[in-house]
Amino acid sequence: MSAAVAHGARRRAWPARALDLHVGLVLAFLALPTLAVVPMSFNAAEFLIFPPPGYSTRWYAAFFERREWWGSAITSLVVAVLATAIATVLGTAAALAIARGRVPLRGAVAALLLTPMMVPAIVTAVALYRVFAAWGIAGTIPGLVAAHVVMALPFVLVNVSAVLNRMDWTVLRAARSLGASPLYAFRRITLPMIRPGVLAGALFAFLTSFDEVVVSLFMTGIGAMTLPVQMWTGIRFEINPIVAAVSTMLILVTASTFTAFALLRRTP
Amino acid sequence: MTAIAASTARAPLLGEGTRVGLLVVPAVLFLAVAFVHPVATLIGISVHDKGGWTIEHYVRLWEVPAYLKVLQRTLLMGAGTALICLVLGYPLAYRLAHAGPRARALILAGILIPFWTNLLVRAYGWLVLLNPKGMLNGALVGAGLVEDPLPLVQNTLGVFIGMTQIMLPYMVLPIAAVMTRIDPALMRAAYGLGAGPVTAFRRVYLPMTLPGVMAGTLLVFTISLGFFVIPALLGGTRDIMLAQLVELNINQTLNWGFAAALATLLLATTLTLYAAAQRWFRVGALWGDLA
Repeated sequence: MSAAVAHGARRRAWPARALDLHVGLVLAFLALPTLAVVPMSFNAAEFLIFPPPGYSTRWYAAFFERREWWGSAITSLVVAVLATAIATVLGTAAALAIARGRVPLRGAVAALLLTPMMVPAIVTAVALYRVFAAWGIAGTIPGLVAAHVVMALPFVLVNVSAVLNRMDWTVLRAARSLGASPLYAFRRITLPMIRPGVLAGALFAFLTSFDEVVVSLFMTGIGAMTLPVQMWTGIRFEINPIVAAVSTMLILVTASTFTAFALLRRTP
Repeated sequence: MTAIAASTARAPLLGEGTRVGLLVVPAVLFLAVAFVHPVATLIGISVHDKGGWTIEHYVRLWEVPAYLKVLQRTLLMGAGTALICLVLGYPLAYRLAHAGPRARALILAGILIPFWTNLLVRAYGWLVLLNPKGMLNGALVGAGLVEDPLPLVQNTLGVFIGMTQIMLPYMVLPIAAVMTRIDPALMRAAYGLGAGPVTAFRRVYLPMTLPGVMAGTLLVFTISLGFFVIPALLGGTRDIMLAQLVELNINQTLNWGFAAALATLLLATTLTLYAAAQRWFRVGALWGDLA
């Protein structure tokens, strides 16, 4: 690459430097809201005042003392784990069928399975809320899990399909012709080969569920409360500094998950 | 394959291809019950009310100026966000596409870590930074640069800032994907034939990146139309977008028919735009890139 760029860079040093400055500023803009939250979480004041009058960890303590906060975090975790497990199994099976099996109207079926990713969250929220309320599961954990599986399934499908499309199927044929049963061949050949895609899909599914706010906002009126809904209430109606403490913890989780995932993927 | 099937004692009832194909059934059934049925019900509510078929909810949308205004604002916010993302994102995509492995990893992390950070964390972060007593205004007033805090949030500017920060990766990644595939020899040839850097960029490089630009712009515009959380938290009372109008009609005026019509309009617009964008990108491929 480099050839063209390096060539250009030698001829005009200042545009290259202007480009680097632009890139630095835009990346700073992307990081800015995340970075701002961290010092604010150690703010001793009741409000978002800068500079803070003093520093304390009181908002972290408040998070672990108040049941509506730590309880909602546990609800979110339970919902996300269940939704991830179901979405990963359904999505992986569907991806295998579409890549390897005889599926009538393959294109239409694949489009249907990807649609929840394209439909605006508010549409999904209103539609699911209406029907789930009629079924009596709107404010319950099963209702939340079902809604999150709908939204997470496409991410599993996309990630597993990406791996399946790159896979060398002659290995599988070799195993089968050497007498391996379909199940044994799946367990010993297919599964290890698609594992990176399944892991990536599961990670996306987990984040989709754990961070989901719009659908949960409609679903959780009086019943199970998730962490994002609790945060929404804390931001919208009172600018509660506990949100800053929660946010800082979430940033830590995201950054470390991302790093672990990147490292995991690098090792073959 | 047939040889093996024949050699086993019991021939399976269905062929292996069919049996593997059956694995799609649970996912399809699940989505039919928990997604297609609810969405179809919602569309039904928008055209069927009080025991009869009706288009009154759609007519109302056109006849009440306040609602048309919301539609107009939603389209303008989407177009504005797409434009800002294009201006900020094109150079970033260029740097990403033509970077060495180390710089590439760094820039990608700079794009993807914020991307995977919780939406509410980011909205809260902007409030912390931009509110009248926030970090930025605190610093500006403290340094004596301004007398009164600047109105940076709870207005249209705040919504644009929040939406741009969220949508930028959707612009950068499709453009960078196209840029990476451009043969560097073409630019060398342009220089060799006497083109200056500006001409070479304008006549050779830019036209080749247009598919990525189209993909990114359409994607950002389309997703922006459905925004709810950001305008609700960072906008003022006058910055209502379509998704907020839907919520308002359900939670406050309890007008399900009208809310369903609004949601159906948003759904139809979104899916049409995605279908139109098919020639520039595959939806699945993009989300694979965000990994």
